[in-house]
Amino acid sequence: MNVPHLDLNTIWFALVGVLFTGYAMLDGFDLGIGALHLFTKDDAERRVMLNAIGPVWDGNEVWLVTGGGALFAAFPNVYATVFSGFYLAFMLLLASLIFRAVAIEFRSKQPMYWWRQTWDISFAAGSVLSSLLIGVALGNLAWGIPIDERGEFAGSFLGLLKPYPLLIGITTVALFMMHGAIYGAMKTEGHLHHKLRRWAMNCIIAFVICAVTTTMATLLYVPHIAARVRENPWLFSIALANMLAIANIPREFHYRRDWLAFLSSCGAIITLMLLFGVNQFPNLVYSQPDPAHSLTIYNAASSQKTLGIMLIIAIIGIPIVLAYTVSIYWIFRGKVKMDRMSY
Amino acid sequence: MDVLTLSRIQFGGTIAFHYLYPPLSIGLGVLLVIMEGLWLRTGLPIYHQLARFWTKVFALTFAIGVATGIVMEFEFGTNWAAYSRFVGDVFGSALAAEGIFAFFLESGFLALLLFGWDRVGRKLHFFATCMVCLGAHFSAVWIVVANSWMQTPAGYHIVGEGLHARAEITDFWALVFNPSMLERLSHTLCGAWQAGAFLAISVSAWYLLRQKHQAFAHATLRVALAVALVASFLQLATGHISAQGVGKNQPAKLAAFEGLYETVSNTPLVLIGWVDEKNETTHALMLPSGLSFLDHNDFHTPVTGLDQFKPEDRPPVTPCFIFFHGMVFAGMATILIALLGCFYWWRGTLDQTRWLLWVLVFSVLGPQIANQCGWFAAEVGRQPWLVYGLMRTPAGLSAVVQANVVLASLILFSFIYFLLFAVFIYLLNDKIQHGPHDEDLIPTGKLALPTPDRLTP
Repeated sequence: MNVPHLDLNTIWFALVGVLFTGYAMLDGFDLGIGALHLFTKDDAERRVMLNAIGPVWDGNEVWLVTGGGALFAAFPNVYATVFSGFYLAFMLLLASLIFRAVAIEFRSKQPMYWWRQTWDISFAAGSVLSSLLIGVALGNLAWGIPIDERGEFAGSFLGLLKPYPLLIGITTVALFMMHGAIYGAMKTEGHLHHKLRRWAMNCIIAFVICAVTTTMATLLYVPHIAARVRENPWLFSIALANMLAIANIPREFHYRRDWLAFLSSCGAIITLMLLFGVNQFPNLVYSQPDPAHSLTIYNAASSQKTLGIMLIIAIIGIPIVLAYTVSIYWIFRGKVKMDRMSY
Repeated sequence: MDVLTLSRIQFGGTIAFHYLYPPLSIGLGVLLVIMEGLWLRTGLPIYHQLARFWTKVFALTFAIGVATGIVMEFEFGTNWAAYSRFVGDVFGSALAAEGIFAFFLESGFLALLLFGWDRVGRKLHFFATCMVCLGAHFSAVWIVVANSWMQTPAGYHIVGEGLHARAEITDFWALVFNPSMLERLSHTLCGAWQAGAFLAISVSAWYLLRQKHQAFAHATLRVALAVALVASFLQLATGHISAQGVGKNQPAKLAAFEGLYETVSNTPLVLIGWVDEKNETTHALMLPSGLSFLDHNDFHTPVTGLDQFKPEDRPPVTPCFIFFHGMVFAGMATILIALLGCFYWWRGTLDQTRWLLWVLVFSVLGPQIANQCGWFAAEVGRQPWLVYGLMRTPAGLSAVVQANVVLASLILFSFIYFLLFAVFIYLLNDKIQHGPHDEDLIPTGKLALPTPDRLTP
């Protein structure tokens, strides 16, 4: 891999990566809380878990919307090929995101058992399915998908469900559940807090098993990534950083520094996305079996003028967004307190 | 059915459903700013109660608006991939601006608006409310910029040929302020303000009819009637300017709106009637020279008819005609209702005028019908073009998507949206029937104030 010189295309590759990493880090814990939702039967505990993500889940989902928008804007060919090629998968993703969103909003509005149970199941199922589908989509981009000479997807829906992408999907579910349990532990107290810490430890074990399997599968069965790693041994340092971040979580828990455990988990997600990004670069969609048809940051991009204007918008906007995102997390810091506005 | 028809039904259907909610969020956002502003200014607890109650309604509409909005963003890529490749470069900047300036602003401060009542001071909370309202307006700005560019493209040039042709940006500000953008934006925003105001009016009128929560209803009506009246009259003005713009930029569209087949001087204005597409005539009650006057400000200049366009360049006349006139009727009705409401309010006899209260209860439908009809008229009137004059609708389809998968997703969305709508109505009704909480008269947390003497304005 040549060291890339910093042109607009590379910057936007990185910025789209930052947006999707932000999404994974933030909505990741929402989705994880959703996946864990049915593990407690107690209505009060379920409400506390919902309200732990209450003020922020909506803003977290905006990272996906903006990431999708940035992809459309910066790399319209990738957006068009992937979204039309993964048609059914994305429709299922949309359906699960919708169910999940309205379940959060609706569940506590009525006291009936059947009402709450229905929305609880929607919330959990929607969260698990969204995480799985996002993972499967990423897995397919890593593995490579068939692209024809026009740059269009040339495969089928069932062709997307190969073992490797499915493995990445399951790993993503495990990762988000771990992340969600840690976030939940940070936001709760008492009995539920201890329960979430216990779940977090189980999720860490599950995730490590998935991560090791994925790494082995990648090195054995995904030759273009294996070759990339062989040529660039320094990539191991990112993988190492990832494992250290994971290993640090139980340690922080032991010292009762829950929010540092959460930061560690964020670090694990960032390093994973970084690894993914570095392995993809400069491809956005790797074409398999014919790598010559891959969609890269050059053949799939918007004009330099558009990338330039968007960069100006991003430079003005991102500091403002970060400033108030951080302030809002600061205002809502600490353990969940229920009041009349709660879900 | 073929992919084209199915994709058009799916896009039209999902956007029509989505478009029920953002106008409500924008309109209610304005009401919330006014209500909370009044509370901040006067310190009267009734305004605090107003803000609290309408915030909850706002949250409900906002949640569905976001959930159904993500679908729109995905559908450009899933169903209209060729179109996405064609416009990606041009829409890029507008979309980036929308994401960064509108969506983040809106959703970030929404957290404070909804859950910050007890956590922040009054001024910061009011600031959050203003930012949410501003974010909602910004998102309307950028989406209307993009849509107006499809109606009146500007600030671009075409690069490449045939399948690889795409529009690339040449001038950002010319693109943003494309010829139809300002008039369409103001028209859309007025419609949104009406939607929010008439929802509030409708609920208050219901309380007055049931003789419940009267102080609350009066205070809401005071704000909402004023907003409704202003927005409705502004709507008349922006509608007129928009129609003149359509006449100038998209004459085939205006001709289809009016069912105008022949180009004649002293063009009449259709008041009510129907189109006979087979014989290319319109049977209607007409106002002589009316359209010439409205379009050109003089009675003689002819308005371009459909005879000036090749049949393959004409929009489908009947739906355009129906949607356009549906919008005009519903819009006029909202003006009349707003006037009547204000008049009886001013006379102080609104509470006793039961027939009018019933009209007000149903007035919530007026802006919604007008918004939906107007949107359909604008988009169907753009046909057969996807991007006016540059790309025909069939050319924008995804190359790899088959009819059966679109049918599958169409069934999926029909099912989900039907369910969503039922639940929305159920919860909204539940919220309205429960009404405002009395404990909301007393602010809590950092918002707490010394109790003033009077409890109502």
